[in-house]
Amino acid sequence: MLSNEAKAVSLDERSKYLRRRIIQILDVTRRGHLGSALSLLEILRVLYDDVMLYDARNPKWNQRDRCILSKGHGCLALYVVLQDKGFFPETELWKFCESDGILGGHPEIKIPGVEASTGSLGHGLPIGIGFALNAKHEGFGHRIFVIVGDGECNEGSVWEAALCAGKHKLDNLTVVIDYNQYQSYGPTREVQNLEPFADKWKVFGFATKEVDGHDVQALRSAFSSVPLEKDKPTAIICHTLKGKGIGFAENNMKWHHKSGINDEEIRQLFDEVEI
Amino acid sequence: MRKMCLDMVYELARKDKRVFFIGSDLGTGTLQKFKEEMPERFFMEGISEANMIGLAAGLAMEGKIPYINTIATFLTRRCFEQVVIDLGLHNLDVRLLGSGGGLVYAPSGPTHQAIEDFAIMRAIPNMTIIAPADANEMRRAMLQSLDHQGPIYVRIAKGGDPIVTSDDIPFRIGKSLLMKEGSDVLIVTTGTTLQIGLQASDQLKKWGIDAGVLHIPTVKPIDKEAILSYMEGVSVIVTVEEHSIIGGLGATVAEILSEANFASPKRFKRIGIPDVFADQYGSQESLMRSFGITTENVVTTIKSLAGSELLPDEAIKREFAKE
Repeated sequence: MLSNEAKAVSLDERSKYLRRRIIQILDVTRRGHLGSALSLLEILRVLYDDVMLYDARNPKWNQRDRCILSKGHGCLALYVVLQDKGFFPETELWKFCESDGILGGHPEIKIPGVEASTGSLGHGLPIGIGFALNAKHEGFGHRIFVIVGDGECNEGSVWEAALCAGKHKLDNLTVVIDYNQYQSYGPTREVQNLEPFADKWKVFGFATKEVDGHDVQALRSAFSSVPLEKDKPTAIICHTLKGKGIGFAENNMKWHHKSGINDEEIRQLFDEVEI
Repeated sequence: MRKMCLDMVYELARKDKRVFFIGSDLGTGTLQKFKEEMPERFFMEGISEANMIGLAAGLAMEGKIPYINTIATFLTRRCFEQVVIDLGLHNLDVRLLGSGGGLVYAPSGPTHQAIEDFAIMRAIPNMTIIAPADANEMRRAMLQSLDHQGPIYVRIAKGGDPIVTSDDIPFRIGKSLLMKEGSDVLIVTTGTTLQIGLQASDQLKKWGIDAGVLHIPTVKPIDKEAILSYMEGVSVIVTVEEHSIIGGLGATVAEILSEANFASPKRFKRIGIPDVFADQYGSQESLMRSFGITTENVVTTIKSLAGSELLPDEAIKREFAKE
């Protein structure tokens, strides 16, 4: 199983750096969806470092590739990546969830670089289909990436959208699934089993690929090869680990969302990233 | 009215390339000319309202103006959260065309009767709600919909409703229309209840009651200034709507009235669907009758509210007493 291999992948310095940035935000705000952000950090890092075309100084550039973080609760990862790329000043990170800041507990379009306000699950993929249909209509070559969570795939709207993407042969659309196999209450296989997961996407008309969602090279290779098949949307199932990179938070549901984080926990989080 | 509405989508699409049409699983042949002439902007996406709203939001974020049509209950109830977040929160130029507003689908039962569409759409920030009185007004409203900023819900009434408006009456989104002046009573209507209001006003004349009729084609944002102005001089105000008395036109006018703190007392009544689901089939007209959304009930209600103060002639009073 790729999911087991994900645990073994060691993180490089850039992945550790981005994790430290997330913990720095937690140090200020003492709350947030840590586990959900850490499982998708390499996905976002690779998309913004190596795959997508965009201009941070002109976030609405018409020809940009679009990325929607449909699992909006993973926003801490998106914020550190977007800030790292220069979409907004660093000072915004330290105002996370503050009344005078732009970064909230779920991403909104007022944030430079954010394509759609998400947080309620099951919204990103239909919106991404609108983007993809428009690109086809206009003859634009940009690509659309929609990152969804595995728990999010409980939503019927995800599968309505999957039917639609297959029907329209949207090969400019890629669904990236953060398959960390945990949702808020517990393991996805117990709450609402998704398996056989890849087969589901296939029968809805997608070309699919499964990768280790923390293996930067594997992600680069997968994302750079989309569309996997002409005239088919792509689904890349990324096997990830909730809380990846922080031993005591990995697959620990106490860290799915945590508030009231104390000084000792902050110190432990920083220490754990350095190991 | 539905035919005019969809004909206008075709007309708007011909003159503006930003216009897209999205249907769910509409009757075969719907907008056939649109499909044949502009297939790249015609989408029939099946019975999947949540996806349809999100898809339209994505198109609107890219600068397009999608017009979506399906049965009003499915556009308002089924995908409410998508409408709130994808359209309301993002404040996008998407047009929701709800067929069968009110009790049109009486024979189909409560699942298809849009009795609270105003209420739920009204609660969404940035949403505009339009309920034309007839096909003529639908045409004028649709022309204005093209360049309006933000989402719009258009309630489509039954086909073949009597034409009571004309092109002489200017239509502007957000503006009410005083269809009849009156010094004693103000009847406030929306959609096809304008017809009831006009008839009631005529009938009240023989009782010596001078009833004005204020038509509210835009339920939200409501023309508060005009409503306050016309309410001030009268002593009786009655709202008439093919909608639940909760959260619709009557409730909105009641909110305005209660905060107006007029010096002179006002008597007020909402006529509409009580807080129940329909428990019988029949026709739109028979359900309207059962709920008292009729000219006769508007007249009776106003006479009752007016009492002796507005029935000055003794003979009329005696006749009223006999009824």
